Amino acid sequence: MSVELLNFIETVLNGLMSGVMYSLVALGFVLIFKASGVFNFAQGVFALFAALTLVGYQTGQVPFAHLINELFGTNYHNWYASMPNFFAILLTMVTMIALAWIIERLVLKHLVNQDPIILFMATIGLAFALEGVGDLMWGSDVKVLDVGIPSGGSIWLEEATIGLAAEGSDYYGMYVDVLNIWATVIAVILVVSLALFSQYTKTGRALRAVADDHQAALSVGISLRSIWILVWAISGFIAMVAGIMWGTESGVQFSLSLIALKALPVLILGGFTSIPGAIIGGLMIGVGEKLAEIYIGGYFETGAIENWFAYVMALVFLLFRPQGLFGDKIIERV
Amino acid sequence: MRIKQLLIGMTASVIAVSSYVEMAIADLKFPMLVYRTGAYAPNGIPNADGFVDYYKMINARDGGIGGEKILHPECETGYKTQVGVECYEKNKKDAMVFQPMSTGITYQLIPKATADGVTVYSTGYGRTSAANGKVFKWIFNAPVTYWDGASIAVRHILKNNLGNIKGKKIALVYHNSAYGKEPIRTLQTLSKKHGFKLMLLPVDHPGQEQKATWLKIRKGRPDNVLMWGWGVMNQVAIKSAASIKFPMDKFIGIWWSGSENDVLPAGQGAHGYKSLTFNAPGSNYQVHADIKKYVHDKGEASGDGSHFGTVLYNRGLFQAMVQVEAATVAQKIHGTSKITPAMYRDGMENVNLSAKRLEELGFKDFAPPFKNSCENHGGSGLAAVQQWDAKTKKWNMITEYMYGDSEVVQKLIAEDSKKYAAEQKIAERCG
Repeated sequence: MSVELLNFIETVLNGLMSGVMYSLVALGFVLIFKASGVFNFAQGVFALFAALTLVGYQTGQVPFAHLINELFGTNYHNWYASMPNFFAILLTMVTMIALAWIIERLVLKHLVNQDPIILFMATIGLAFALEGVGDLMWGSDVKVLDVGIPSGGSIWLEEATIGLAAEGSDYYGMYVDVLNIWATVIAVILVVSLALFSQYTKTGRALRAVADDHQAALSVGISLRSIWILVWAISGFIAMVAGIMWGTESGVQFSLSLIALKALPVLILGGFTSIPGAIIGGLMIGVGEKLAEIYIGGYFETGAIENWFAYVMALVFLLFRPQGLFGDKIIERV
Repeated sequence: MRIKQLLIGMTASVIAVSSYVEMAIADLKFPMLVYRTGAYAPNGIPNADGFVDYYKMINARDGGIGGEKILHPECETGYKTQVGVECYEKNKKDAMVFQPMSTGITYQLIPKATADGVTVYSTGYGRTSAANGKVFKWIFNAPVTYWDGASIAVRHILKNNLGNIKGKKIALVYHNSAYGKEPIRTLQTLSKKHGFKLMLLPVDHPGQEQKATWLKIRKGRPDNVLMWGWGVMNQVAIKSAASIKFPMDKFIGIWWSGSENDVLPAGQGAHGYKSLTFNAPGSNYQVHADIKKYVHDKGEASGDGSHFGTVLYNRGLFQAMVQVEAATVAQKIHGTSKITPAMYRDGMENVNLSAKRLEELGFKDFAPPFKNSCENHGGSGLAAVQQWDAKTKKWNMITEYMYGDSEVVQKLIAEDSKKYAAEQKIAERCG
């Protein structure tokens, strides 16, 4: 095979892997939108908050330490030296469930039957408030997140592909980050679990019923509020997974909340109501932007076209298929 | 009615008296444009803490500058240019100096501050040609500029290649902003001079995703990579370089891409990464002992004190020290402790931080000496290379402070400032 072709395959592979990372964020948006019709602007901040909390538990950081020390003249920083990953993740999950409950109690409960734009605005407020709380609780230093997921280029793939190039060509194998392979495996497990949960459990069916029609679901005795708490909790769990993956790659810091911007074109392309759409959309955006950046980017004086190119792709889909690839068709009956 | 009038009168008197007291106590205003929130906060906080701790120490140890206390109101910019300009407008009255901590904000403030008669000090960042004091009367960027930085990095590469880099490939990974684009012109000139090929690789804000950039590096196989990054861009770039097994000792960042924050997330992978610097790391200097004694031990540390001695904290100390020294010089020149913004500018232009003066200020061996003049607002142009040791988690200086290619840099500065002077109809000064 020619080196050019192998490089092209490498770009596609890496695009797919990046796409999975985007899908992890997009999944949380889809779940909440399906169940409550709310576009949760705070999903990126959820991922940040979960990652901050996880590192906080791992390292034994005292929450609100700065505030406590300032108010009471104390000097508390850490409870303990470290906590095993399993317990730290478990505690973070509990925290995200508690957060979902608090959001339902303080925000959603008071906004039932309001226009979607009001709920959207509420999530914008929530995003900024949660970012502030995260800063107060855990501080804004860059934190190292390590839950034992390996990262770095896959040596196995490099060695396996080095021989594919034509003899005498200067090729040193294909590159894929092991962290991204893990993200792919985790995303597959997540999607399969979500599908099984919504298909074969009573709660899952109730969740689908609420997603289809709030009024009808209420009339058969499904508690809208418990379903909302459940959905926000699951979405918090997905945010934690996304936070772990992105945080392992870049360290945990406040720019993590901006990963939500990466999920937007994925949602436009895949549809706001489809879990497979979030995955396929992510893969398409990932591959599209990487190919554009590497093969077309050079023709633009400024370069760095991948960010806006993803939105161009989404816009094109929006023009021809406003509901996205897998989204429910919008039919307004008069 | 009388009681109401009495109460209003008393309130007005209290406000008037307290304002007077405030003015009397804190009459040298050094407004701070900071970013303690947002995507760039991990860099903004330690730097701002360095500034605040130094000002507090001067107020506590020396009773201020020449007996005048320093007032240092903070305005949060979030590293956003528009907000930075608003902060400037809000705080410019009676301000001695502005340190924008962003090249984008600096570019916006250059014409405004020039018109308002306010000093802008962009320490080792901002518009490089502002080093030409003949054109940029109110703007200072000492001790070293980005164009010096680019040529110092190339000089280091030259040294490691026995003076010959003809045919080599050097990539520049840069923040796609005014800041990141600043060295391009110099590197293009240097590539013609030394015969190396330049690869330009922009990374959009914030730089959380850089896979395509590093695939291009893997494909293009540059011999060296330079980086002009900030915030999360640095961490992701260093981690990505380690991931594709790019030799870290051939990866050099500018001085804003060389803090502990940038290398720690990559763990052992960051071992050997290099960056330029114009100040030393660590906390074994007299200034640190004084800050500990007069600020930290009294529970007055800015933030939780955890950034003490880190690269960006130390840079904040250095920046604040130069600003305070400019006020001291201005007081001496004009024979009064109550200096005006115009007098302060004169002080900044006559700053002379010799080795002896640095020692007196508690900065012995902390940074190379430099002096400003009417013609030169860019300082000495000296920077050194430091290297990260991931095992000890410490930066080590691996070279002496060195000059860049002044022949190339000075020519570019003259060209660019001449163009600016023509656009803005500025007559050159300094005789």
